[in-house]
Amino acid sequence: MQKSLKIDANLCTGCLQCEMACAFEHHRTFTIARSRIKVFSFEKEGRKVPYTCTQCDEAWCLHACPVEAIVKDARTGAKKVLEEVCVGCKVCTIACPFGTVNYVAATGKVQKCDLCSGDPACARACPTGAITYVDADWTGLGKMRQWAGKTDTNPAAV
Amino acid sequence: MTWTKKILRVNLETGTCTAEPLNLEWARQFLGQRGLATKYLVEETDPKVGPLEPGNKLIFATGPLTGTSASTGGRYSVITKGPLTGAIACSNSGGYFGAELKFAGWDMVIFEGRAPSPVYLHIENGEARLLDASHLWGKTCWETEETIKHHHQDPQLRVASIGRAGENLVLFAGIVNDLHRAAGRSGVGAVMGSKNLKAVAVRGTLTDAYAPAEPEAFFKAVADAKAVLAGNGVTGQGLPTYGTQVLMNIINEVGALPTRNHQDVQFEGARAISGEAMHEPRPTDGKPNLISHNACFGCTIACGRVSKMDPGHFSVKDKPLYHGASGGVEYEAAWALGAANGVSDLEALTYVNFLCNEDGFDPITLGATIGAAMELYELGVLTQEETGLELKWGSAEALVKLGEWTAQGIGFGKVIGQGSRVMCAAYGRPDLSMSVKGQEFPAYDGRGLQGMALEYATSNRGACHVRGYMVSPEVLGIPVKMDPGATEGKAPMLKAFQDLTAVVDSAGICLFTTFAWSAPDIQSMIQPALGGDWSLDSLLLLGERVWNLERRYNLAAGLTAKDDTLPPRLLTEPAKTGPQKGRVADLGKMLPEYYEVRGWSPEGVPTPDTVTRLGL
Repeated sequence: MQKSLKIDANLCTGCLQCEMACAFEHHRTFTIARSRIKVFSFEKEGRKVPYTCTQCDEAWCLHACPVEAIVKDARTGAKKVLEEVCVGCKVCTIACPFGTVNYVAATGKVQKCDLCSGDPACARACPTGAITYVDADWTGLGKMRQWAGKTDTNPAAV
Repeated sequence: MTWTKKILRVNLETGTCTAEPLNLEWARQFLGQRGLATKYLVEETDPKVGPLEPGNKLIFATGPLTGTSASTGGRYSVITKGPLTGAIACSNSGGYFGAELKFAGWDMVIFEGRAPSPVYLHIENGEARLLDASHLWGKTCWETEETIKHHHQDPQLRVASIGRAGENLVLFAGIVNDLHRAAGRSGVGAVMGSKNLKAVAVRGTLTDAYAPAEPEAFFKAVADAKAVLAGNGVTGQGLPTYGTQVLMNIINEVGALPTRNHQDVQFEGARAISGEAMHEPRPTDGKPNLISHNACFGCTIACGRVSKMDPGHFSVKDKPLYHGASGGVEYEAAWALGAANGVSDLEALTYVNFLCNEDGFDPITLGATIGAAMELYELGVLTQEETGLELKWGSAEALVKLGEWTAQGIGFGKVIGQGSRVMCAAYGRPDLSMSVKGQEFPAYDGRGLQGMALEYATSNRGACHVRGYMVSPEVLGIPVKMDPGATEGKAPMLKAFQDLTAVVDSAGICLFTTFAWSAPDIQSMIQPALGGDWSLDSLLLLGERVWNLERRYNLAAGLTAKDDTLPPRLLTEPAKTGPQKGRVADLGKMLPEYYEVRGWSPEGVPTPDTVTRLGL
């Protein structure tokens, strides 16, 4: 079963444990500048919103790459960057409508979320459940359940 | 190990920035942050120096757990000689700034001297430069942060700055980072202002600056410790839901909520300014004051309040700047701006709290000083002519005006900006300053909680709740329940709290973790973070060492056992209501025992044996 990252910004406190986990998973560092997931703070609204790649099926980045350095992982559905193939041309960073693939000057390659081969470190690290890794076909299940709970199934009893 | 092993020395006089190795020998003895930076201050400065003179130094220091995935591992402290007290000042802040400093490869920044004209420090990894800040002088912390980020075209910069309060040398000015987090107490912002240093902006992208010595053991300990926080009633539920404001009704009930400059120990308006009230819809616009809660870097507790004011409230009408979300009141601020001067208008407290964040000053000392001014006014010592205001108990209008004037450094705000000790002495009533060593009490009355009375009298930075939080045993029953009215057993318990707190403040984590964590939880992370041998006993001894280091600094600065006391009101005027009705703070019973437990002479001086035992 394919899974997908599901982000519920209402639960995010802005602790950045996800960013640290991502940076450590891929670069063995706590330095969040290396994270592929970012938490944005909308100060005036008092909201924190984690954001990362949604793994488009027809991925702009994948199609834009002139050297086929971005490939689909058949098992997880993640679009992965093959570092040994990437030439750092950055065309994918221009093609991506969401800004979630970015250049890393220190390596001369681009990086993006690869779902940690099916066990995303960010979801594991999130203390509030704002980031979870769930059935890709049923990311709406929680909301459906909420609304289902409001459905009146026995009007006669009212 | 989780040290970058580098410190940055900034000479403001000459404008030079130099890197030097961290003294690892000292780090072994004093851990980091509070302890280690105090060691640097002790070694490098004259304890008799005027706090606002160029000879004083200002140190921004992280701990070994700062910038790691340990829960709450984002703290930094500012250490200097404090202008409010003339004693050691160490003020601790969260937010994201501290971790960023580590990411940039620095454990500590030491500022020396005074810049000839306003400057700010810009750090980008190994490159540190002092830049002209004349265009920033006169700006608030919020404007400063925005302007610096815009100038460098880097929204990911983390900024710590002073507002107008720090520039104006308000004696309780703080340093604000990430808009709503502050090294708030003891006037560290005034020292920064005296140095013509407006801000520190840092961006860190290094990946190899530091790492845990034993990664596997570290991550296991961190995960276990996070589970302890999540499973604890205070850190897992109480603090995320109500923040520290969970305390307002509790402390009022136990009769330890100082009210109207400590005339009373219970406040009839407590409910209206409580954490519970922040959740409820306002009668005016049907919306609650509190809109969400947030976390500092790495924190899995998330006690931070995010509030949105009623835009129709008199204090912010036609001021859209304050209509958006911003840092809401914590318990200490709500108490100081509220109960301490009899104000029960939650919106007014929220507004003045915004001002404290915006221009960088401590809401505790502000509120307590306004409370003292109100008492002077009610007594007829202060007049409307002098203050420009009617300073009646409970006046939200007066609170708001004095908050604004203190921020702007105008009118009677200039008097308030000197704190209650200077103000009350100037008006011939030094007894009405509710302070110890010049720093005002926070939100617990020493008559209702005897252990807190002893804590206030002996705290190295003046009256303070975060140097040995006796509220834990006396009210919350952590780690054991103690009778708040009793004096027995308080001295040894306080010593244990003070020593452990010194470890926590030196480690890079938040004191609030200790509602759930005990010393072994903390030791279990420090050990694999740093490697080597960090036994539990050695850590607790380290805490005691830090406490005595600070004590000896204060003694060298000219403080004596005479300063380990409380205002006469606490010692002679009994609590009027509540469970501790009729009690005064029984300091005379506890203080000699405390000195003995500490291994100090009857004059409050660490004995040669103690000094030797602690390796000082």
